[in-house]
Amino acid sequence: MNLLIARMILQRMGIVLLTLLIVSFAVFAVTELLPGDVVEILLGQSATPEAVAGLRAAMHLDEPAVIRFVKWLGGLATGDLGISYVNKLGVAELIEGRLFNTLKLGGVTALFAVPLALGLGIMAAMFQGSVFDRVVSAATVTVISVPEFMVATAAVLIFAVYLKWLPALSLAGDVGSIGELLRNFAMPVITLTFVISAQMIRMTRASVIDTLNTPYCEMALLKGASRVRLVLVHALPNALGAIANAVALSLSYLLGGVIIVETIFNYPGVAKLMVDAVATRDLPLIQSCAMIFCFGFLMLIMIADIVAILANPRLRG
Amino acid sequence: MVRIGLGMRISALGLASAVVIAFWGLVAILAPLIVPYDPGKIVDYDYFGPMTEDFLLGTDYLGRDMLSRILMGARYTVGISLAAVSLACFLGVTLGMVAAVIGGLLDQVLSRVIDAFNSIPSKLFGLVVVAAVGSSLPVLVLTLTAIYTPGSYRFARALAVNINAMDFVTVARARGEGLIYLIREEILPNIVGPVLADFGLRFVFIVLLLSGLSFLGLGVQPPYADWGALVQENIGGLPFGAPAVIFPSVAIASLTIAVNMLIDNLPRRIRDRSAP
Repeated sequence: MNLLIARMILQRMGIVLLTLLIVSFAVFAVTELLPGDVVEILLGQSATPEAVAGLRAAMHLDEPAVIRFVKWLGGLATGDLGISYVNKLGVAELIEGRLFNTLKLGGVTALFAVPLALGLGIMAAMFQGSVFDRVVSAATVTVISVPEFMVATAAVLIFAVYLKWLPALSLAGDVGSIGELLRNFAMPVITLTFVISAQMIRMTRASVIDTLNTPYCEMALLKGASRVRLVLVHALPNALGAIANAVALSLSYLLGGVIIVETIFNYPGVAKLMVDAVATRDLPLIQSCAMIFCFGFLMLIMIADIVAILANPRLRG
Repeated sequence: MVRIGLGMRISALGLASAVVIAFWGLVAILAPLIVPYDPGKIVDYDYFGPMTEDFLLGTDYLGRDMLSRILMGARYTVGISLAAVSLACFLGVTLGMVAAVIGGLLDQVLSRVIDAFNSIPSKLFGLVVVAAVGSSLPVLVLTLTAIYTPGSYRFARALAVNINAMDFVTVARARGEGLIYLIREEILPNIVGPVLADFGLRFVFIVLLLSGLSFLGLGVQPPYADWGALVQENIGGLPFGAPAVIFPSVAIASLTIAVNMLIDNLPRRIRDRSAP
């Protein structure tokens, strides 16, 4: 039976690799084959044809797209991400420090959001239909229904403008003490926590309630088990797989949130780097950032799938 | 519960949501007729003006009338989103039904490619496309369509596969009916309820993504502005809690929450039409 699990997991990984290949092709195609000549943008409209041709040859843009794609893919695999058009620095060094900042932001958010969301989701399922459940459900629907930037602006209005507890901007560069670190991190983390917790709470609540509707839970209820015992002892262990899956899926929403949050709070992460690169049309930088995000997204989805496979009792040996 | 004819009932909340949606739909259509001022014209010397009798929702960062700009913004937000969601659902549902009915290699290849597309985070895709071709209305509509077609395909295919296994489809096939007849007469009528609910949900996603892109300055470009762009251009008023930054946000929230509420409160007869 364990062989079966191993085979399914390997299969998932194979699919992820294949998907990554298709995604990289899509990213490359969109940025390279569509109109908008990079060389003319770089040199301006008054460039002589000779200068344009020279730069084009120097940047290997005169080669067929397929060959450039293979070269670019090989570069990605070996860590050679190319050179930024705008400031002529290596893309790898530009991204390095930023990536760490983004991972830090995501990690701290997950640290707060996961326990909070699981707790609220399980409690909402436990007291299904109560006032508590309805308030939590209404709040999560509201957060899901509004754009991330509104959650961020609301957080700024409440915590920075009215309560004046926190600075509106985050400057992760100069951090003296732990208190300062917390204050700088607070706004982005609060916003992101709201955004991904809402998803996670809904999914957790739904999977616990799904389990509660099974015959064995009904049996436990008929035997006279209390509501709390019913959820914690009978339903929860069987819903764990679905919940872990939900957590990994919700964490993948971090990627969308992070783009907005880093821009609003001026947080020096990869997403801010990418939005800035879009403004300057710095294609090598955009491609690399896009691949990093797709890679992270696919990893989280793969983890969600693998957890779902591992949690399936029919597959356990 | 309120009766709405055909033996269907809808909750008061659902009805209220429908009214809000209808209101924004009408505003989007009638906007040029009902705006109190020219939305592009500077009408007040003060910027980030408060709510007054002349300017019901205050003025923006240049002193333009906010009410007029929000009413006109409804055209872009509702119009672009509706165009994109219609295209995405039409394409996705058609392809999904075709894949389910034909099956085999076509189904496998299509599903694999669409899965790959699904694994590009939506905001990222928007960013990359806008970086490559610049932002314009057709580009926005097509990008949003491309982003949300895969999800619609997966949803419709999953439903259609179930219907496809039913006896009446087998009978129709044995009669020698063609592909178009099968998807139009046998499959579609049986999945139309959930597909409509999915249409609404996808509309909300598109409104959110469009607002997000506009907020990043990558969506609707000045001098025109959808609600997301209105928030972005007035974000400087945030520290004073200016109405110019709050009301466009309220407009987005009212539309998206109303659509979500309406779907949650749809009459059972519509929502569960796929149930045999």
